[in-house]
Amino acid sequence: MTDCTFGFVGQKHKFVVVAADRSAARSIVVFKQDEDKVLELDASKLLGSAGSAPDGVAFTEFIQKNVALYEIDNGTRLDTFATANFIRNELAQALRRGPYQTNLLLGGLDRESPLYADDEASLYYIDYLASSNKVNFGCHGYASNFILSIFDKEWHPDLTVDQAKDLVQKCIDELQNRFLINLPE
Amino acid sequence: MSIMEHNGAAMIAMAGADCVAIAADTRFGLRQQTVAVDFEKVFRMTDKTYVGFGGLATDVQTLRAALRFRLSTYELKEERVMKPKAFANLLSHVLYEKRFGPYFVEPIVAGLDDDGKPFLCGMDLIGAPVFCGDYVVSGTCTPNLNGMCEALWRPDMTPDELFEAISQCLLASVDRDALSGWGAIVHVITKDGVTSKRLKGRMD
Repeated sequence: MTDCTFGFVGQKHKFVVVAADRSAARSIVVFKQDEDKVLELDASKLLGSAGSAPDGVAFTEFIQKNVALYEIDNGTRLDTFATANFIRNELAQALRRGPYQTNLLLGGLDRESPLYADDEASLYYIDYLASSNKVNFGCHGYASNFILSIFDKEWHPDLTVDQAKDLVQKCIDELQNRFLINLPE
Repeated sequence: MSIMEHNGAAMIAMAGADCVAIAADTRFGLRQQTVAVDFEKVFRMTDKTYVGFGGLATDVQTLRAALRFRLSTYELKEERVMKPKAFANLLSHVLYEKRFGPYFVEPIVAGLDDDGKPFLCGMDLIGAPVFCGDYVVSGTCTPNLNGMCEALWRPDMTPDELFEAISQCLLASVDRDALSGWGAIVHVITKDGVTSKRLKGRMD
């Protein structure tokens, strides 16, 4: 059960940060404190999941394998926009059969190519109901009540990597201070 | 809260003299929390037909893709552009196909016929169409929208007057609705082309 995933783009869209808490818990018991909930789809894409843990793991691994398959089949990597659409489509088809209860944040960096004039980092906020939005910053779960305000205030398009780290730390501090559920990491 | 109000929307389509305009807000929210302010709800289907989907955002995106596919197939087979009335019928059919597990959207279609006459159509989530000559509205604040349009619409408006009227209707209506607003976009369709403008409204 993930309680918090958040992410943002930085420095004129040259990098993207995706962060998630590390607790794996059910009901009142915490199983482990070092779970990694941000999956690397490939060398330039991250998929953070929030919500139900089994759906999150199953779905994100499914996406990871399909992205790898695309690269093997077609010899070229999917860009972030295409990946977001693929994810959205899979979620939408499953929605009316047996929905995945997982919210996702897809962060990706598209290298300079015919499609992109320059390196372009983007973040897609994908809901469990399969709606996809390209955003500058996003947050899933109860933590969004706290973190979105921090982003509204502190995020700007020209964040450097150091400023980004500070921003992440600010978010973590706020959660540890004000959020009921104890998220040590 | 009803499923149609999960994401929030407000849209109007209005007819003028040989022109038609369609406007929508651009908020994407999850219940009370606003997530994005640039969410497109009005889509170009053909040069002369635009459709707006108000309702559950996932179905807005799914339907957009589904309709693009159906429209493209039509254009490939028939080797001609689909007329607005035919498109409205197609949309109605697509929605009714899911009669017992519907797409949670209430679309409005705005277009110009071949002879330049405006075409407006509103639908419910299972595709029951209503064809109007003045305006159609959809979204989470339809009472507001209907009231404003009733007050500000008059027949035979020029494109500029139409733009002004539809913008004022939309902005005033969404200001009293928590679930819609946060930006708006207006498309005015005339026989010479389409002008799209973003409105500067209250971002709350």
